[in-house]
Amino acid sequence: MGQYTIRRLLGLIPTLLAVYTITFLLIHMTPGGPWDSDKPLSAEAKATLDKAYGLDKPLWRQYTDYLVNVFKGDFGPSFAQRNRDVSDIIKDFFPTSLKLGFIAIILAGILGITSGTISAVKQNTPFDYFATFGSIIGISTPSYVIASLLILLLSIKLHLVPTTGWNGILDSRAIIPAIALALGPAAVLARYTRSSLLDVLRQDYVRTARAKGLRDRVVIVRHALRNALIPVATVMGISFANVITGSFFVEVVCGVPGLGSYFVKSATGRDYPVMLGTTLLFATIITVMNMLVDLLYGVLDPRIAYD
Amino acid sequence: MTAQTNQSIAQVAPEPALAAKPGNSLYRDAWARFRRNKAAVAGLIFIILLFIVAIAAPLIAPYSYDEQNIRAVTKGPSMAYPLGTDAVGRDILSRIIYGARVSLLVGIVVQLIILLIGVPVGLTAGYFGGKIDTILMRIVDVLYAKPNLLFIIIVMTFLRAKFQTTTGGFLLPLKLFNNATGGLLGVFIGLGLVSWLTVSRLVRGQTLSLKKKEFIEAAHCLGATNTRIITRHLFPNTLAVIIVAATLGIPSAILTEAGISFIGLGVNPPTPSWGSMISEGIEQLRTYPHILIAPAVTLSLTVLSFNFVGDGLRDALDPWMKK
Repeated sequence: MGQYTIRRLLGLIPTLLAVYTITFLLIHMTPGGPWDSDKPLSAEAKATLDKAYGLDKPLWRQYTDYLVNVFKGDFGPSFAQRNRDVSDIIKDFFPTSLKLGFIAIILAGILGITSGTISAVKQNTPFDYFATFGSIIGISTPSYVIASLLILLLSIKLHLVPTTGWNGILDSRAIIPAIALALGPAAVLARYTRSSLLDVLRQDYVRTARAKGLRDRVVIVRHALRNALIPVATVMGISFANVITGSFFVEVVCGVPGLGSYFVKSATGRDYPVMLGTTLLFATIITVMNMLVDLLYGVLDPRIAYD
Repeated sequence: MTAQTNQSIAQVAPEPALAAKPGNSLYRDAWARFRRNKAAVAGLIFIILLFIVAIAAPLIAPYSYDEQNIRAVTKGPSMAYPLGTDAVGRDILSRIIYGARVSLLVGIVVQLIILLIGVPVGLTAGYFGGKIDTILMRIVDVLYAKPNLLFIIIVMTFLRAKFQTTTGGFLLPLKLFNNATGGLLGVFIGLGLVSWLTVSRLVRGQTLSLKKKEFIEAAHCLGATNTRIITRHLFPNTLAVIIVAATLGIPSAILTEAGISFIGLGVNPPTPSWGSMISEGIEQLRTYPHILIAPAVTLSLTVLSFNFVGDGLRDALDPWMKK
């Protein structure tokens, strides 16, 4: 297992390098510079800016310079906010996305696993049909639609929470974006929990537990659910990465100052270093999360051997 | 295509008992199973209706998609405007009808691009194995690490700028096509290029398990070339997996297009996309919620229908997988 972990960690390097190379090339192949957005600059001013930001160097030099700096934890200066570094921007905006994603995935876990469990235990009852139907609707409705419908219902019609804005994760403003982000993964988790638990409930050891005269609740929670949740845990890990790296729509709708909504702004404003930095950060999250999920699988299910 | 495979088995080992029961092919059986699934049939009917509406849009839509009536701005539903008008006085129903063209076209063309890349990659990797497999699957692994939406946004930004500055060369026809379709070509390329990975993995897995089967060995013995085995024997037998993956891929492409149009990077206005309509609706949410509701419901119903059909097809085509 130790060897496997090391091999997976080393495997991250070429993967991230490839993602960096593709993104770098795409961004630098995009015609037009970051300076010709609003008012046209003089050629001199442009040259000065290019020099200051190292854009006058040959492409391969920019490629290696950036790479070296990234290893030092320096993502370079932002083009849009010229006095700020990309690392500062990430430090400012990313924690919000991270906290929101964390709350959302916990919410999704509680909701998804509970409803999936009830569905499986009460298979083919009205609750099961209702939950299955609900989860398909959850999968089919984009998060920004859920967010806007929640704003309409909770803020505008019922006046329960403010419409948009952000005041920390413990504020009532966080409720709508958290639910909107949670419903999609909750639907997926409910589906997985249901099918995995149905599988486990047919196993011999569950029958043994029942034959011993254990109460239903003990059989389901201690014997069945524990094993059924192994694949669910892995799906949850991947959902977490997806929620953090895919929260822009909800952030834009709910006015959450997260990295996602900042990325949208930087893409339309051609802030290349921010785009590159965010992509690298998100790619790292996805690959590390995938690796952790694979390792976790082995911890949870000792029958799995790594080779 | 299945007949081809059956024929080749029959050539190797003529077994009259197997050749009996005419017409009970996999696809006929599957269709019978599919018809029993009420949700899937309902979804299919909705999709067929949507296709008719999309194709006949100019005949059905009461107005054109960019016709503005300045005296009827943000009006609620009425006789003249069944679903009301938007912030610049355009008929929402007509825009939804024309928007169906965008969504369906995106769903289908993106799937075609995905299949065109994903299926050959999967078949090649699975069939030849060894170094080819390792290289192809390593590429797929690397591409899996990229954050999808960020990547689509970067590709779209690139294509937009590229098309804007194109004045000649081989890109010119692409640019003209892109402009004529309201920016759809960019959406096709952006989405197609990043979404073929799952299909290639599925097809590879299927190929790996198929290539050890007797009928492939038989084809080898009969002297069939690699190309023939791949196209005539392996491909038809992976078709069920491909059909299911493609059907379930359509709604996700539709949702992604709506998403990138929602943040203003997809189709160019005034071409209507349900995503951009939803985004316009959100701006007016406080005072005129009807602008949001209609496109949001249509989008969800469409995605829901495709999901129902995809699930139904999976159950129908793969009765052993069903739980």
